[in-house]
Amino acid sequence: MSKEKKASGDTLKRVLVLIRSQLPLLVLSLVFAVITVITTLYTPVLIGNAIDHIIAAGKVDFEAIRPILVKLLIVVGIMAVSGWIMGMLNNKIAYRVVCDLRERVYSHLQVLPLSYLDSHPNGDTLSRVVTDIDQLSDGLLMGFSQLFTGVVTIVATLGFMVSIHVQIALLVVVLTPVSLFVAAFIAKRTYSFFRAQSLVRAEMTSLVEELVGNQRVVTAFGYEERAKSRFTDVNHRLQGVSIKAIFFSSLTNPCTRFVNGLVYAGVGVFGAFLALGGGAAAITVGQLSCFLSYANQYTKPFNEISSVITELQNALASAKRVFELLDEPEQTPDAENARVLTDAEGNVVLSHVAFSYVPEHPLLKDVNLSVKPGQRIAIVGPTGCGKTTLINLLMRFYDVKGGSISVDGTDVRDMTRASLRANIGMVLQETWLKSGTIAENIAYVKPDATIEEIEAAAKASHAHNFIRRMKEGYQTVIAEDGGNLSQGQKQLLCIARVMLCLPPMLILDEATSSIDTRTEVKIQSAFHKMMQGRTSFIVAHRLSTIREADVILVMKDGDIIEQGTHEELLEAGGFYSKLYHSKDAQEA
Amino acid sequence: MLKLARYLRHYKKESVIGPLFKMLEAFFELLVPIVMAKMIDIGIAQNDKSYIFKCAMILVLFGVLGLACSLTAQFFAAKASVGFGTELRDDLFAHMNRFSYAELDKAGTSTLVTRITSDMNQVQSGVNMILRLFLRSPFIVIGALVAAFLVNVKVALIFVVAAPVLALIIYGIMVLTIPMYAKAQKALDKILLGTREGLNGARVIRAFGRQQDETKEFCDDCEHLLALQNRVGRVSVAMNPLTYIVVNLAIAAIILQGGHQVDAGILTQGEVIALVNYMTQILNALVALQVLIVSFTKAVASAHRINEVLALSPTVLDKENTIPAKNSSDTKVSFEKVSFVYPGAKEEALTDIDFTVKPGQTIGIIGGTGSGKSTLMNLILRFYDTTKGTVFVDGVDVRDYAQNELRNKIGVVPQKAVLFSGSIRDNMRWGKEDATDEEIYAALEIAQARDFVDAKEGKLDFMLNQGGKNLSGGQRQRLTIARALVRKPEILILDDSASALDMATDAALRKALKEKTKGMTVFMVSQRTTTIRNADQIIVLEDGDIAGIGTHTELFEKCEVYREICLSQLSAEEVGA
Repeated sequence: MSKEKKASGDTLKRVLVLIRSQLPLLVLSLVFAVITVITTLYTPVLIGNAIDHIIAAGKVDFEAIRPILVKLLIVVGIMAVSGWIMGMLNNKIAYRVVCDLRERVYSHLQVLPLSYLDSHPNGDTLSRVVTDIDQLSDGLLMGFSQLFTGVVTIVATLGFMVSIHVQIALLVVVLTPVSLFVAAFIAKRTYSFFRAQSLVRAEMTSLVEELVGNQRVVTAFGYEERAKSRFTDVNHRLQGVSIKAIFFSSLTNPCTRFVNGLVYAGVGVFGAFLALGGGAAAITVGQLSCFLSYANQYTKPFNEISSVITELQNALASAKRVFELLDEPEQTPDAENARVLTDAEGNVVLSHVAFSYVPEHPLLKDVNLSVKPGQRIAIVGPTGCGKTTLINLLMRFYDVKGGSISVDGTDVRDMTRASLRANIGMVLQETWLKSGTIAENIAYVKPDATIEEIEAAAKASHAHNFIRRMKEGYQTVIAEDGGNLSQGQKQLLCIARVMLCLPPMLILDEATSSIDTRTEVKIQSAFHKMMQGRTSFIVAHRLSTIREADVILVMKDGDIIEQGTHEELLEAGGFYSKLYHSKDAQEA
Repeated sequence: MLKLARYLRHYKKESVIGPLFKMLEAFFELLVPIVMAKMIDIGIAQNDKSYIFKCAMILVLFGVLGLACSLTAQFFAAKASVGFGTELRDDLFAHMNRFSYAELDKAGTSTLVTRITSDMNQVQSGVNMILRLFLRSPFIVIGALVAAFLVNVKVALIFVVAAPVLALIIYGIMVLTIPMYAKAQKALDKILLGTREGLNGARVIRAFGRQQDETKEFCDDCEHLLALQNRVGRVSVAMNPLTYIVVNLAIAAIILQGGHQVDAGILTQGEVIALVNYMTQILNALVALQVLIVSFTKAVASAHRINEVLALSPTVLDKENTIPAKNSSDTKVSFEKVSFVYPGAKEEALTDIDFTVKPGQTIGIIGGTGSGKSTLMNLILRFYDTTKGTVFVDGVDVRDYAQNELRNKIGVVPQKAVLFSGSIRDNMRWGKEDATDEEIYAALEIAQARDFVDAKEGKLDFMLNQGGKNLSGGQRQRLTIARALVRKPEILILDDSASALDMATDAALRKALKEKTKGMTVFMVSQRTTTIRNADQIIVLEDGDIAGIGTHTELFEKCEVYREICLSQLSAEEVGA
């Protein structure tokens, strides 16, 4: 408990540090808040004073009223101006802080090691960057605009009331919080109804997601009637709990209003008796009217503050999640005197490479490999044997845990990541496209590419045909993550993307897995041309795609168990030949 | 929103009582300043303690009455709005159930899910709010005006000026800010998109060394949002100060004018206080109205989206006189000059398709991605209607059957293995509502699923998670095959559905299908030549055209496309075999 408290205290401190950059504005905002509140509260006093000069027929003192009214207008004018400035300042501070934070988080994401991104669900990180920061923004804004003014209002109202009349002030102070208790009481009761409602609602949502989401299957099996009766059943249960939840939750307002009404009546009676009583404790009618308006106002900040505090707690919880993300250590930066790899020849040497994602499960133990410039290396093996891991290490998405990888004689850790990767063209099985036009996606690496270059790349990857047939051709906007394209089409675009820049080395990780075999054969010839003189690494499932490699590496359980050309390996009669023949047998 | 009002028809009584009692409550609230004025003018002025006490009691009574009215109003409003929501939801669901594939393509199933969940909730609470509060604020404004007139006509004229000015300010600021908020929301969505892409594409972004460009793009989006937020903020925070100025100007005028009236003996001091109170009540009511309108616009937007779905009418409909299902002995399925264009597409997905299938035949369908294989299957099931030509099942135009009877003849195994939360038995009964365990087991056996089902705890009672996520891909696929077999269909369609199976299981499945389902006509869509090479007929599709029909040997000799497909998958010796 105390630990938790301390943690939330730390978070608060860090939020304050964030805000510190806006300190001058913040101070200004606070000053205007005080001015706004005091002028707001001063108006009922002035109105009361004015009313005291309107007693009865013939007893109206216009001489006294006029200066009061002038004063009233001035006060209101000040209040309006300072209130407006305060509001703008608050927006400015909160939005700026949040905007900076978001930018910081995003650039942090770019330097986080991939191991973090691979091991944390994207949805979680996403909600930290978007929802949590948004929540923080709301919290900050409410905190500034309502928490502070609320507190100042309560204190100042107390001051004003006490300065007018102590006893009535006491009455208001004692009675008003009653409405808070009432509200809390109702909220507690409502909670269980709301829970019941949200349970049924969740049940309905998942039912709808399943049935409507798979409407095609429902239609195919003629399940419509059964689907409908299942839905109706949940729907009617929801009706029952919803009525209760909605009704009880809507009790809060009328009930607190009722309590406020009682306070109002109480102040009225007590004030009226005091007005009659005369003597030192007596108050004027104007002061009574002033009290009545305070009685109305006094509860408002209380009700608001309770909701502001919940909001702030949420904001702090969100801030904590954002800070957690920011606290994730960055990948080791490039060495200071790191070499910039240019126009690599393609000498790749792996010596005694060891690697594991989790220390308890060593994956690669002692991998040795020497690749000459221009060689084509195919990597095969069962799922989980370490093929993709090897690619991760070659691209330096991960660093080796033991041994070393060198390109053209330099350890990859001694060159800049950017220059290493710029020398390798990569096509992965998971196709990622950016929302934008097809042309923009092909030219992702080279935004200034001409349309001729783009078309040439598309033709080389056999993507030109399907692009041409799309409504807007190369200018067709593809939805987020290529939603309107088939998996195979996306893969063709990713290949075109690499075809456009053609770096000295290539990595193809299941690059054609979603493309039908006939098209694949055609692309193979393009790949052939592309791989001419380039050191290439090919990971593939289909043995037909790797037969022509210069060296085939057969991996199993993190080790390279066989190495050689297709013919050599078949001859050797080892794991590869078994793999190859079993496939044959099955396909026959 | 008005279009949806008909869903309140069963709740007419509640929809009237709700607002009515809410207005009653407002009425008691409007009486309070008058009682207070009397208390001051009579009680205090005439030193009448019992009168003051009486007034206080009346105030408390009003409070109690107000509370009672309010609770009544809330109850009936809750009942009406939830009833409204329930009926609309039922209708919406039933409506979606009638959609054919064309409508599903158009609307998108994930959109439909949001429509019936979050949009529905939004509309329901909108209705609730309208019933409870929509009449209240205008009523208080008008009531306060009337009360002011009753107290003093001359002073009331100030109200006549002030109230519209206030309304205008609030309305004006809303009109200005609502589109600005929408813009800001769009900017936030862009940030969401940017983040998602940055995360999903981390590898590619790094591989291509584009981190800095991506970050810059993201920061630009953030700054854009910031600018929009500040612009909205400047306008929206002006609301309070502006209304405050107007109200206090009005109060100053009331005091001045009231002072003259009191001086002339027409008005009392207490009445001046009452008038000042009415002014504040108007302000409060208008501010409440503003909050209300914001949520109301949201509800209207949601209602609009729901209406869009309701306006989408199913295109594949049963004829009035459908022909009862029958069996034909010579042709099971035939296509006559069938062409099909997807709604909104430029080119034909299928062109001039002609073929005939005899009962009990196994038909292989092969072709590249996008060649029209699945479309062909969808036409047999009448998920779409053909653009040209006719599809016959058992010699009858599929459009002459009732959809249910047509689909009852057919078992489908879709490309994506979709299962539903519930027991394995529940899932199997999708195919046949009253299937016995024996029938289910028979189907599981053919589908090569019996072994792993028996190994599960509870066997047929084993509970699947949503989407069947607690099974492997291959297991899911085998269950979907069994599901289609449970109804012992006359026609079985396997739409590339063996792709998640390993070669051995695939072979065993084909063997079992051949042996145990005599007389069943089977369509096998596949990319693998091995899966279909033994079919009685193979249809080769290429860009929506039939490139060849025949047996494996025939096609391999005559059909260029087929030969290329085979050669890309098999070694030369195998092909010849």
